[in-house]
Amino acid sequence: MHIVDRRLNPSGKNLANRQRFMRRAKSQIRKAVHESSASRSIKDADQGGEVVLPAQGVHEPSFRRSSTGGVRDHLLPGNKEYIAGDTIQRPPSGGGGSGSEGSPDGEGEDDFRFALSRDEFVDLFLEDLELPDLAKRRVVNAEALVYHRAGYSVSGSPANLALNRTVRNSLSRRIALHRPKPEELQALRDEIEALDGPDDEARRVSLEEELLRKQRRTGVIPYIDPLDVRYRRFEAHPKPVAQAVMFCLMDVSGSMTEHMKDLAKRFYVLLYIFLKRRYKNVDVVFIRHTHQASEVDEETFFNSPETGGTVVSTALEEMQRVIDERYSPDNWNIYAAQASDGDNTASDNDKTAALLTKVILPACQYYAYLEVGRDSEHFPPGFIRRDSDLWQTYSTIIRGGAPMAMRKVGHRRDIYPVFRELFAKKTGAEAAAE
Amino acid sequence: MSTTLIRAERPLFEGADWEFGTIQRCHDEIEKIALQEMGLDVYTNQIEIIGTEQMLDAYSSIGMPLFYKHWSFGKHFSRNEAMYRAGMQGLAYEIVINSNPCISYIMEENTAMMQTLVIAHAAFGHNHFFKNNYLFQQWTDANGILDYLEFAKDYIMSCEERYGEAAVERLLDAAHALMSHAVHKFPRKRPADLRSEEKRERERREHDEKVFNDLWRTVPGKDNARHDPTAEERRRALLELPQENILYFMEKTAPRLAPWQREILRIVRIIAQYFYPQSQTKVMNEGCATYTHYTIMNRLHEKGLLTDGAMVEFLSSHTNVVFQPEFDDRRYSGINPYALGFAMMQDIERICTLPTAEDRQWFPHIAGCNDHMNVLRDVWANYRDESFILQYLSPKLVRHFGLFHVMDDADEPNLRVEAIHDERGYRKIKQALAKHYDVSWTSADIQVVDVNLAGNRRLILHHRALNRVLLEEKDARLVLQHLADLWGYDVVMKEIDPGTDAVLKEHAASPRPGIVQIEPA
Repeated sequence: MHIVDRRLNPSGKNLANRQRFMRRAKSQIRKAVHESSASRSIKDADQGGEVVLPAQGVHEPSFRRSSTGGVRDHLLPGNKEYIAGDTIQRPPSGGGGSGSEGSPDGEGEDDFRFALSRDEFVDLFLEDLELPDLAKRRVVNAEALVYHRAGYSVSGSPANLALNRTVRNSLSRRIALHRPKPEELQALRDEIEALDGPDDEARRVSLEEELLRKQRRTGVIPYIDPLDVRYRRFEAHPKPVAQAVMFCLMDVSGSMTEHMKDLAKRFYVLLYIFLKRRYKNVDVVFIRHTHQASEVDEETFFNSPETGGTVVSTALEEMQRVIDERYSPDNWNIYAAQASDGDNTASDNDKTAALLTKVILPACQYYAYLEVGRDSEHFPPGFIRRDSDLWQTYSTIIRGGAPMAMRKVGHRRDIYPVFRELFAKKTGAEAAAE
Repeated sequence: MSTTLIRAERPLFEGADWEFGTIQRCHDEIEKIALQEMGLDVYTNQIEIIGTEQMLDAYSSIGMPLFYKHWSFGKHFSRNEAMYRAGMQGLAYEIVINSNPCISYIMEENTAMMQTLVIAHAAFGHNHFFKNNYLFQQWTDANGILDYLEFAKDYIMSCEERYGEAAVERLLDAAHALMSHAVHKFPRKRPADLRSEEKRERERREHDEKVFNDLWRTVPGKDNARHDPTAEERRRALLELPQENILYFMEKTAPRLAPWQREILRIVRIIAQYFYPQSQTKVMNEGCATYTHYTIMNRLHEKGLLTDGAMVEFLSSHTNVVFQPEFDDRRYSGINPYALGFAMMQDIERICTLPTAEDRQWFPHIAGCNDHMNVLRDVWANYRDESFILQYLSPKLVRHFGLFHVMDDADEPNLRVEAIHDERGYRKIKQALAKHYDVSWTSADIQVVDVNLAGNRRLILHHRALNRVLLEEKDARLVLQHLADLWGYDVVMKEIDPGTDAVLKEHAASPRPGIVQIEPA
């Protein structure tokens, strides 16, 4: 008998098969990923995890006998009351005692569930997307310092002492100055000891003189001199900021229905995942507003109802306050996504526009405005829908070439296409131009 | 067996921990019992210790240690992994491969008792069955399977490099869909070699000379102008029609397949053929292994090699394995092959050693023969599930399980109880249960019956719908589509009522481009 320990064999033997499967089911997995994102909270949206695929797409067919029709017989264990010739009411299809007899080796048409890793999840989610060019430039400009090794210096902290270099310097200096080696001194001493005859007196004196001279020289020339000491030098290099903050602004006044909030949430989730992939640290700030705005936590943001008028500029002011307080544009990449049904108090439009162009947009990498509509909003062809107040206001700003984009969304299924449109590769500029 | 009760000094292990020395010791003790006391005959064992992920790996490639690559294995892996992670499904304690040396995979998480049990069960029970059962001897090559899989893996990989992954994947999809109908159920006639051909020819001539009578020439014959009845038959015989091994037929006959495609079809069908005996011997194989481990564990305990604690742990696990829920139980999902197999093996032991009058009447050839191991070894070697149940299901077991037979005719409003566990029912139940394990009864009977090679090359298949049970329509259409893709021309399948030869249903498929070049219609 042989015992073989296979536990240390390389794992991931099935990776190739798994990748093939993922490729095969890609469109379905993609869809499942997008659907599953709806039920997640913003911050754990990109955790990977289980998705459910419809069984059909990855079905492996085979010739199987049908589970219905014809004459079939069942053999069942555990008879208690039946005798030959009894009749039994046919159990509702598939149920009852004889249910599972019907399909031998039949794989049910259950949905197929399996787990995606975080990377797989996010990859599928954000295929072919990238941040607008503008954002990249800002990322490069905004600086933080990072230290790299850069040669040696004669001064520095003891922690950075370059031992090798120091000893090397010391060695060359000792050689150059002929510092006596300990072995030479020892040899001299041994020789003096060895002389004991009276006729060696002259020799002993000369040796002792030499020993004295050498000992003095050893004392004068130190083993390690401050001159030898070197320190590792570090140089500061500017480094792009790798952190971002995402502002979620939302109108929570009475005119925003649950449906609209749901649309907005989906959009925020997408944006969060997207930023998370680009930046190590992503902060999320939730600002809701009616006729007044406040910063709240996620739970309150999405779930607690609020009533009041609609003054958009309050949210922008709140955002400005938060930026000033915590997120200096020099250190942070700032992204903002605003969701609203488009209502605004008429008198506030000019103020909003001014705030946006003068304060908010210059600080932001990107500003996305999402106008959420009712699910049932259908317009007959030829009917020109009046643009909302905000839409009109923002249109003029965008025409000026600001880093801003806006879209209208009426249904869940539109969220993802719209998001892709906003961040699709190479179309950033056009998207902003609209 | 002689029960020389020499109590061992100390048990093989104490507690749940094990190391390689423990496994070696357990194996050696088990080997003693299995070979000397039970008289088993096994391949050399190779015991491999694997972790969870490797077990999941093995799951997805039907337990084989190496396999070619295909997305469907990834699918099974992903599903099993998700189910395992979610705690919805435990993993098997072992997997055993019908190869020489016989490889058993055992999980590192198992306790020492479990490893002992698993070695007794797989490395001796299943191993003996693989080596001795006639089906395995006839249909599988335990010495060559690992090498063949290695070849298959490399060959398919080289095809992927040369012809592209997509092309190979399409072909494998089609082949896998037909895998269930890619086995020869009966040994084929081997083409005669030249010498025996000559001998037969000579004998035939001698016979002709012996019975020659010139008078026959003068007898007026029938009109010879009628069409030659043998032409049609000759053509079909040349194509080996009707043919139930569809992949074999494709490999040999499909007009437009490239040589490498034929080779891949061959690989898939050879693997299908390798697994074919396993599907016919589930009850016996598990029965044999379970009976073996039960006997061995009890002997180990008797000898003082197992602690009482380990024995209780074993019994609890064993009882779970051979549990048979009743039909009205929520847990019921068909007859448990472990339960039925183990019960029948034990029953044979009982009939051999302590027969009742009933047993003497039903099993006169073994009742009271007092050498149950001999009988069992003979059973394990010469039967498959169907014949085994037909032969050895005793009235006592029918009563024990409370088996009853229900007829379900879709044309009748109610189900009818045909037979129960009583004097009149034993035989009927035995026959009905045996039929459930007969592959020709459970799998659809589909045959290639004709093909018009001279004309439009349309391939015709028949499904003889036993008891008017038709094929699952959606699946049948998908598989037929795969078949048409392989064949390269139209394919028709007729579902036929074997009683009346009436066509119940017809499916047709036209080829899609992808696997072979399709001529524009």
